[in-house]
Amino acid sequence: MAGAESVAPRFRAGDRVAVRAAYPIGHVRTPWYIRGKRGVIERLCGAFGNPEELAYARPGLPKQPLYRVRFLQREVWTAYGGSPGDTVDVEIFQHWLEPA
Amino acid sequence: MMNYRGIHDMGGLPAGTVEPSEHDYALWEKRVDALLVLLTRKGLMTVDELRRNIEGLGLDAYDKMSYYERWIYSITQTLIQRGVISIDELGRRMAEAQKRADGGR
Amino acid sequence: MPHDHDHPHDHDHRRGHAPPHRHPKRADQDDTITQWKAMEIAVRELLIEKRVISAEEVRQQVEEMDNRTSLQGARVVARAWIDADYKKLLLNDGNAACEALGMESGPYKLVVVENTEQVHNVIVCTLCSCYPRWLLGLPPDWYKSRNYRSRVVNEPRDALMEFGTMIAKDRTVRVHDSTADMRYLVLPMRPAGTDGWSEEKLAALVTRDSMIGIAMAITP
Repeated sequence: MAGAESVAPRFRAGDRVAVRAAYPIGHVRTPWYIRGKRGVIERLCGAFGNPEELAYARPGLPKQPLYRVRFLQREVWTAYGGSPGDTVDVEIFQHWLEPA
Repeated sequence: MMNYRGIHDMGGLPAGTVEPSEHDYALWEKRVDALLVLLTRKGLMTVDELRRNIEGLGLDAYDKMSYYERWIYSITQTLIQRGVISIDELGRRMAEAQKRADGGR
Repeated sequence: MPHDHDHPHDHDHRRGHAPPHRHPKRADQDDTITQWKAMEIAVRELLIEKRVISAEEVRQQVEEMDNRTSLQGARVVARAWIDADYKKLLLNDGNAACEALGMESGPYKLVVVENTEQVHNVIVCTLCSCYPRWLLGLPPDWYKSRNYRSRVVNEPRDALMEFGTMIAKDRTVRVHDSTADMRYLVLPMRPAGTDGWSEEKLAALVTRDSMIGIAMAITP
């Protein structure tokens, strides 16, 4: 439920999403290797305080929806050496995701 | 264009063989860990600030310092940022601690 | 850095440990005082004087972490192996499953990922060292190392081989990068030849490394 305390979730399990290809300085929890990549929402984890704000002793509100997003390794790395079905699951905050 | 990348943000970078090393933690390291747990539990700092201040280290320092050396650096930096301790009292007390240690028991 | 043992062992480190296990300290740990040790002393003393924390709190917290080994995690896994309903709870709500065994569930949300014939899971925190400490104790050095954090995410099979663990090509490897508020535990496969075993006996097979995903549980 949206309100002052948390942002409403935009995505559901199964949705295809893309991670924004942005490269700001500062405390960011979206790993560099996953930016610009496409994956599928594995689950909504809940809403949590924004680490990009908490890191600077600010309240981190409103809470942001956090998702586990599943990516095929062969789509993340050029020349991935494992099996075609191998995946990497990454927790990503909603404001880093766009529909794909 | 090379996109900005934090020194800690290392997933996928070329690296060497994983050495399965471990060590029993020294008392001072356990105390650093305890400090972080207590301070975060009491709402006096967040683990996010811990991380951000570690990420602010230069690459050389990040790789050369041990895990809990980075932690005590970061906890201290955070406490200074929050005004819980002053640089002056920190410096004085560190010198005192050094003197005590050097003076022997 | 590989270390020497001062007592005979026949276990292979790469298979992980049944807890607890002692290792020699690094040189210059408690004998000399570096600037960082002086800093720790200074900060702790200042905080105690300012009544922000107490010496007793520090002592107690150190003791608590000392007592925390991977035994808690092993208990959870062993229970899931013998109790199908518990396993379902564990996979759906890790925190509730911890609490059901009278354990604290920690401030973080626990996600348990199950190894099967088709899927092998491995955990990493590429950005720092996030780890389910309340179930496994403090993370080992290698988990926090540059090499592990860099390579497990893009070369998981090679990294696992370096630990002596080979995953067949027809099994999927899933890497979980613990980047935010979740913490992960791998539910390893129950080893063959353990039918009818007690929970306690089963728990002894569950190594810390099998719950991180770089090894399997011990096969008797």
